[in-house]
Amino acid sequence: MVDAILNSGDTAWMLTSTALVMLMTLPGVALFYGGLTKKENVLNTIFLSFMAFAITSIIWVIYGYPLAFGTDVMGIIGNPANILMNGIDPNVLAPLAPTIPLFVYVAFQMTFAAITVALISGAIVDRMKFSAWLAFVPIWITLVYLPISHWVWGGGWLAKLGVLDFAGGTVVHMNAGIAALALVLLIGKRKDIRLLPHNLGYSVIGAALLWFGWFGFNAGSALSAGGLASSAFLATNTATAAALISWVMMDVIKTGKPTLLGALSGAVAGLVAITPAAGFVTVGGAIVIGFVVSILCYFAISTIKTRFGYDDALDVFGIHAVGGAWGALATGIFAAPFINSLGTGALYGNPGQIGIQLIGIASVGIYTFVMTLLIGKVLDKTIGLRVDERTEIEGLDTHLHEESGYRI
Amino acid sequence: MKGITAIIRPDKLEVVKEALQEIQCNGVTVTEVKGRGRQLGITESYRGRDYKVDLLPKTRLEIIVNDEDTEDVIDAIVKTAQTGDIGDGKIFISPVDDVVRIRTGERGQKAV
Repeated sequence: MVDAILNSGDTAWMLTSTALVMLMTLPGVALFYGGLTKKENVLNTIFLSFMAFAITSIIWVIYGYPLAFGTDVMGIIGNPANILMNGIDPNVLAPLAPTIPLFVYVAFQMTFAAITVALISGAIVDRMKFSAWLAFVPIWITLVYLPISHWVWGGGWLAKLGVLDFAGGTVVHMNAGIAALALVLLIGKRKDIRLLPHNLGYSVIGAALLWFGWFGFNAGSALSAGGLASSAFLATNTATAAALISWVMMDVIKTGKPTLLGALSGAVAGLVAITPAAGFVTVGGAIVIGFVVSILCYFAISTIKTRFGYDDALDVFGIHAVGGAWGALATGIFAAPFINSLGTGALYGNPGQIGIQLIGIASVGIYTFVMTLLIGKVLDKTIGLRVDERTEIEGLDTHLHEESGYRI
Repeated sequence: MKGITAIIRPDKLEVVKEALQEIQCNGVTVTEVKGRGRQLGITESYRGRDYKVDLLPKTRLEIIVNDEDTEDVIDAIVKTAQTGDIGDGKIFISPVDDVVRIRTGERGQKAV
C-alpha cells in the first residue's frame, strides 16, 4: 500500500478525471440517446439524463457515499456515518486512495453512480412517465447501486471474494443493462419500435464525448497519475478501436453495408467491455476483448432481442449488459500480473479467477434484475410507469414538458 | 392557361430554376414536401435491422403558364430534373380557370 501522503499530481489528475466522467453523462449519454430517439421525444430523452445526474449528485453527498464506501458492515453495505459529509475535514485523504483528498474520491465515485442510472434511460425512452423516472432514480440508486458498488468496490463480500472490476464492468454496465431489461419487461413495448435515429449527428457527438470522457472513467480508476493509469488509458483506446472495426465488419457481413451507427455502437461496446479489464490487461488482451465484444453485442441485438421481443429501445441491455458481462469474464482470462499485481487471469496460470468473475457476474445480475423488477412493480402500482396512449403517439416533449426540440 | 405542378428531387431545384429562367418562365412557388411513389420509398438499416422509409423529402414547384408555353416548361423540367433512376418525380398539368394579380386586379392571361 502506498503511503498516505497527499500527491498533488494524483489529485490534479483525479479532479480532471471526475470532470471527464461527468462529461460522459452530460452531454455524452444524453446526446447519444437523444439523437437515436424520435424527434418528438428528443428533449425528454436528454432530460432523463440531466435529472439522473442531478438527483444522484444530491443523494451521494447526503448518504450515498458512506453507504457505498463507508466502513464495511458484514460485507453488505457501508456504515452510514458522516451524513451530508459532516465531520470530514477537506484535507482528509481517501482511505481507498490515500494520495488524494477524500472529497475528490467522493466526487469521482458520484459521477459513476450518476452515469449508471442515466444509462438505464435508453431502454425506456419514448414511453416512460417523467414522474415515474424521478421516483425511480433515487430509489434505484439507494437500493441497487449503493449495495452493489459496496460489494465490489467498497470492501464488501464480492471484493473479499476477489472479484476484479477495474472501473465498473459489473457495477456500472452490467448493472445498468440488466436493470434496463427488467424495466422494459414491466413497461412493455412501444407502439412504434423502429430504431430510426432522428438526428444521428447528436449521437456522433455523444459517442465521441463518451470515448473522450471514458479516459477519465478508466484511467482515472487507477486513482493515481502513474504507470497504471497510463496502461489503462492505452488499453481503453485499443479495445475501443478494435470493437469499432469489428462492429463495422459485422455490418458488412450481415447487411452488406458499413454504417456509422454501427461504428458508434462498436466504440461504445468496446469501451464497456474494457472497463472492468482496463487496469489489468495488456494491449494484446484489449484487442481480443474489443474485437469479440462487438460480435456478441451484435448477436444480442439482432438475434436475441428479435427472438424474445423485449423492447430495449436503444439497446442498453444488448450493449451494456452483454458487453459488461463479457468484459468481466475476459478480465478473469486476460488479467496480467505484470500489469497489475492485484489481478492474475487464467492465461497467466490462475484459472480459478474465471469462476470468481462468474460469481460476480451472476450475483450482480440476479440482484439488480430482481430488485429493479420489484421497484418497477411498486412504481407501476403507485405512480404508473407509462404515459397514456395519446402522449406516446403525439410525443413526450409537447405533452409532458410543453416544449419541442425543433422550430423548423 | 395551365397549372403545372412538378414533384422533383430537392437537389435538382437549382438547375430546374435556371432552366425555367432561360425560357423566361420566372414565376414559381416552391414547397418542401414528402411523398412516395410506386416503390414505397427506400430501405435504411440501423443496428442490423432494415426499416422502410416510405415518405421521402421532395420539392414541389407550382407554375402557371399560358397554354402555348406549357410544352416548353415541361421540357425544361424533364430535361434538367431527370436522372433516369427511381425517384425522379412527376409532373401534373391541369387547366386553370382564371388568374388574378392582387396588386392591380388584372385578370386572365395578362395576370399570368
